[in-house]
Amino acid sequence: MADLKVNIGRLELKNPVLTASGTFGYGEEFADFIDLNRLGGIIVKGTTLHHREGNAYPRMAETPSGMLNAVGLQNKGVDYFIEHIYPRIKHYDSAIIVNVSGSIVEDYVATAEKLASLDKIPAIELNISCPNVKEGGMAFGTSCPGAKSVISAVRKVYPGSLMVKLSPNVTNIAEIAKVAEDEGADSVSLINTLLGMAVNAETRRPVLSTITGGLSGPAIKPVALRMVWQVYNAIKIPIIGLGGIMNATDAIEFFLAGATAIQIGTANFIDPQVTIKVIEGINEYLDRHNLKSVKELTGALQVVK
Amino acid sequence: MKKYIKDLQVVNKQILSAEYYLLELSSNQPLPEVLPGQFAEVEITGSDATFLRRPLSVHDVDYDKNTISFLVQIVGKGTKHLANIEVGKILNVIFPLGKGFELIKSSENALLIGGGCGIAPLLYLARHLKKQGVKVSTLIGVRRSSQLIELDNYKKYGDVLITTEDGSEGTKGYVVNHPVFENLKQYKKIYTCGPEVMMKAIAKRANESRVDCEVSLENMMACGIGACLCCVTETTEGNKCVCTEGPVFNIHNLKWQI
Repeated sequence: MADLKVNIGRLELKNPVLTASGTFGYGEEFADFIDLNRLGGIIVKGTTLHHREGNAYPRMAETPSGMLNAVGLQNKGVDYFIEHIYPRIKHYDSAIIVNVSGSIVEDYVATAEKLASLDKIPAIELNISCPNVKEGGMAFGTSCPGAKSVISAVRKVYPGSLMVKLSPNVTNIAEIAKVAEDEGADSVSLINTLLGMAVNAETRRPVLSTITGGLSGPAIKPVALRMVWQVYNAIKIPIIGLGGIMNATDAIEFFLAGATAIQIGTANFIDPQVTIKVIEGINEYLDRHNLKSVKELTGALQVVK
Repeated sequence: MKKYIKDLQVVNKQILSAEYYLLELSSNQPLPEVLPGQFAEVEITGSDATFLRRPLSVHDVDYDKNTISFLVQIVGKGTKHLANIEVGKILNVIFPLGKGFELIKSSENALLIGGGCGIAPLLYLARHLKKQGVKVSTLIGVRRSSQLIELDNYKKYGDVLITTEDGSEGTKGYVVNHPVFENLKQYKKIYTCGPEVMMKAIAKRANESRVDCEVSLENMMACGIGACLCCVTETTEGNKCVCTEGPVFNIHNLKWQI
């Protein structure tokens, strides 16, 4: 049994497998299928300062090797989370991380401040990359000044571990990652969904109510790997890689490209037990390759020059 | 209710028509309790053209044989691929999911209305209703008589009434054109599943007659367990997941214009 522990700045995870926000509810939804205490971390549904109803149905389209979603951050707001959900999930022996989103900088700051008071939330993931909200979200994550404004403001009020979730809908993701590092983020997670679209040829209508939505699943894995590699070569803070990871081999590929930990997202919809299989598969890989720690894999891609 | 993920074996497959087939799956362990109206998320094994599981209504559960069956309509690549599965093969199934129908009490009358593949969840419902002494009538609406399937199974639990759009059998027209709608008050409750336009027409008539009515929705889903929030419907309490708060809803909890 190899050592699966990893460090994300000051945050130690028992293993490098986390669940991606918006694909795992609050964890409880999966309690019938897996032991949640075995996960490295659970990143809960995107949380905003106020209640959000999300977008109209239809919010989902199946696409080749993936899916589009346009949920639009449906959630009951941070106060509801703190009062009703946090007490139910705080006992899990897994890092509970809250994904924080907003329309304006002040909302991100207010939400992060409230979460900072919770003992069992060691980190937040700052979502500056949601493609499904009209204001804010991705707008912050697609320009360096936008990213800087929200990250620096949240950093001032949030003393815990700050993970910044990056958008792939940019020309140069390394630039945005550098801004996150410079503004004091403890880590970056990438990638959020790629902006996409589905059309019904028979009805001549868009499939999603919002016309465009976020593409996820194995279809985006090559893009995600490329971006993790580019960011790994640009910054020093840890990277949490995600985008189409379906099994342990996919996870290993992300480590080799530069990720310290990974998140599993869309795969949870197809196999609610996939996270545990990935943890076991990583362990098996490490044993097979005579590696003592998963940390040895980060950035270990062998590039012939 | 606890949810399970299990490998089930296909023990029977019947091609019922060009569009419909029946799959009967067996477990090597006793099947858990499944309520009428609940559904399952079935993995579409070996299909490159699809990515997600497919939500299928539970058509029937036979605890003596330890089998669960699904009546499936070929509507897209997933259900088409699944139609080719051979007896003996394994399907990975997550079940039972969602909330089922609310059953009425003995000696009351229930009208079950299925449009097309919407009849799928009504067989197991009819079985439960009859078992507790409810008088069941099932109204089945299809386009043409060649689409009528499984009638003998429904007849085991009560009367079967039919409408066809082309008049090839039963009353000509849509389900709401059936004479039974002239005296809806004889029923304590209406249960329906089928195309939304049909269910809305039924809901309007049920509402006018002050008869309680539950509808089973078929919104597109990804996870089926309340994690992705993709399958929502607008309710009086905001957007709710059809997979966990439904698929069965009382019409008064939906924001339908009826």
